[in-house]
Amino acid sequence: MSDVPINKKVIIVGGGLAGLMATIKLAEAGFHIDLFSIVPVKRSHSACAQGGINASVNTKGEGDSAEIHFQETIHGGDYLANQTMVKGMCEKAPGYIDMLDRMGVPFNRTSEGFIDFRRFGGTKFHRTAFAGTTTGQQLLYALDEQVRRFEVEGKVTKYEGWEFLSAVIDEGNVCRGITAMNLTRMEVASFRAGAVILATGGCGMIFGRSTNSTSCTGSAAGAVYQQGVWYANGEFIQVHPTAIPGEDKNRLMSESIRGDGGRVWTYKDGKPWYFLEEWYPNYGNLVPRDIATRAIFKVCRELKLGVDGKDMVYLDVSHLDKKVLEERLKGVLEIYEKFVGADPRKIPMKVFPSVHYTMGGIYIDQKHMTNVPGLLAAGEADYQYHGANRLGANSLLSCFYGGELSAKTAGEYLKAKEKEAPAAAASRAFDAEAKRQREINEKFLNARGKENPFILWEELGNVMTENVTVVRFNDKLKKAEEKIIELEARFKDINVSDMTTWTNQPLVFARELGNMLVLARVITRGALLRDESRGAHYKPDFPNRNDEKFLKTTVAQYTPDGPKIWYEDVDTSLIKPKARVY
Amino acid sequence: MIKDKITIKIKRQDTPQLKPRWETFVLKYRPGMNVITCLMDIRKNPRTVDGIKTTPVKWEQNCLEEVCGSCTMVINGKVEQACSALVDHLEDPITIEPMTKFPLVCDLVVDRSRMFEALKQVKAWIPIDGTYDLGPGPKIYPEEQQDMYAFSKCMTCGCCLEACPQINSHSPFIGAAAIGQVKLFNAHPTGHENAGERLEALMTSGGAQDCGNAQNCVEVCPHKIPLTTSIAEINRQITRKLFGLFKK
Repeated sequence: MSDVPINKKVIIVGGGLAGLMATIKLAEAGFHIDLFSIVPVKRSHSACAQGGINASVNTKGEGDSAEIHFQETIHGGDYLANQTMVKGMCEKAPGYIDMLDRMGVPFNRTSEGFIDFRRFGGTKFHRTAFAGTTTGQQLLYALDEQVRRFEVEGKVTKYEGWEFLSAVIDEGNVCRGITAMNLTRMEVASFRAGAVILATGGCGMIFGRSTNSTSCTGSAAGAVYQQGVWYANGEFIQVHPTAIPGEDKNRLMSESIRGDGGRVWTYKDGKPWYFLEEWYPNYGNLVPRDIATRAIFKVCRELKLGVDGKDMVYLDVSHLDKKVLEERLKGVLEIYEKFVGADPRKIPMKVFPSVHYTMGGIYIDQKHMTNVPGLLAAGEADYQYHGANRLGANSLLSCFYGGELSAKTAGEYLKAKEKEAPAAAASRAFDAEAKRQREINEKFLNARGKENPFILWEELGNVMTENVTVVRFNDKLKKAEEKIIELEARFKDINVSDMTTWTNQPLVFARELGNMLVLARVITRGALLRDESRGAHYKPDFPNRNDEKFLKTTVAQYTPDGPKIWYEDVDTSLIKPKARVY
Repeated sequence: MIKDKITIKIKRQDTPQLKPRWETFVLKYRPGMNVITCLMDIRKNPRTVDGIKTTPVKWEQNCLEEVCGSCTMVINGKVEQACSALVDHLEDPITIEPMTKFPLVCDLVVDRSRMFEALKQVKAWIPIDGTYDLGPGPKIYPEEQQDMYAFSKCMTCGCCLEACPQINSHSPFIGAAAIGQVKLFNAHPTGHENAGERLEALMTSGGAQDCGNAQNCVEVCPHKIPLTTSIAEINRQITRKLFGLFKK
């Protein structure tokens, strides 16, 4: 679509929910979109979300409202989220359910034919709409279908099977486009646009095994970070309480299992001990994720009461009504049955916490623009909406809101620039950037070092999971940082064991790994410097929240010697922070 | 007998032009392994059973929990997702091949874009008036929802096409997946608006009538989508349309 004027053209990187929502909104507004994705967009990580999407509709007469949803999201995030943005998201939520309903999402229904809502963590209200046990997949497909319609109409051009390499930023520090690599032909090319939205998801792969898809490396965020784009709240990584540990990945056992009555327990003195229900009588099994995860860690690591003395507790649905199991939980239970080989309807499931969600991300302002004009971010890739801990079923919601808002901002940005002549500097920047990226590929292809990128990655995952997840100590964080620096040095001695220029997956992975290592430094340094406990970030040596010092957004800027970090005030204009007790 | 080693035979092909070859790998067995774990082990130490250094095997993957459809391949002769193919359930040696009904790209990677093109051809979407605040969609009862959900789970993974004898180099048959989507969208009150157009797309050569009723699709579908039921239903809709009885 080279005939489209640059100020009518937007590049969107990432075809999960946020990227597709932005695509649809911009296509509707008359822009042309070049949509880049590693996988066919229908295979994006959004498909993995199981439980649902939050919207306060109060269809069960419980007195729920967008205002309460807002308050609980802020409280759940331990007051680190910028409040005005979260309020906007919660107010918009019911409208998104309507939109998705009209798109044909098969939401579960009440007997009268209305959309049904279930309970999720951190709330006492039935606020979560769901479509079977694969809500994310169903929402993703709905948007995928609408985007396909725009594709047929010529409003969207898809670049599936392309990996984002870098932003093209001109001499005036304005983003003019991107460079990307075709994953089959390995060709590197530059692409121009008036604005670029990164919707490239989280970075769970930095931790080796997580519940994330293998494309969730954070590579795009790591790449632009090295180009001067700021990264915020890196240290806030959500560890989900219930997953099946696996060798290739950890598989999520949805919070909806507990939402529909599932109970967590282990044996104590020969009898079942429902420790979440005992410790948190008000919320029981539905305390927010950070709290449930720490409780399971305490039971397994401190009290040594894990099942069979191992890092495991029971997640039990064997007492639940057959109808609930069949209609609402069938799919998740089937995942367990398929991957573990035991029937959870009869034998309680064995689960343990796993890295799950990236609360931090690319720094954006209240309109989703990064510190580089023309470059925006949305979805799990950005840092807004969830503060220090995300509430269940808010992630899908933030994709829609962030997707819509970033599209709106991109449109306004381009309108304001309409009369501007295209910068001569831009063209030079394109050639230089594509050349730089080709040289990086050449360097990897010609490297004859001794380090295997997949083994380096495994070591990175182990050190991050061991030291930078649920319980954090400064001495261990320092050691982790040293280890990452060692891995960075060994990374220079890499050998991708493949010199081909056709579907060279090891080369692609090596490039991603380089970016993962850089982001791992940001995550670890952020954790090291934040001497307090807040949400998912927990330091036994600093067990309390310290609002005076750390009710702040962590902002990181790349330097060759490691991240430079400063702190920025959080928007707390609407709700006064109070102690977080459940 | 407790096994401590597993043997994996992989059909490899560097480019579409080159000839395929077989490579055999021996891996250390661990409980809970699936085929993806095996492939990941190989790329960490790409060496065949004879100790010969080779390149890491190429394959597609993403979610690893059977919801994205990426890692479809032919394992011990059966088409399925590698992530849910547990080594404990597979006979040793395990043979892994790419799907044969799609253009080969490299090793286990194939090009499934024909399936996404088919979704365009049959207009597999609800023709909404826009994403603005226009209120809720039509009321849908639980049984209808359950029926729609069954078809809406289709991952476009390719199993049904791979297993279908009607899909071959000299047949234009669109395959069961797209027909299932026509059933899904034609059943939706708003989707019904362009039901006729969808049927027309399936009335040409390569359409629903090209199904040979082998019923392999429904056998191999990882989500047990009632694909043969939808083909029968769509053929009924087409017949009604031909007789002018299908509204729209």
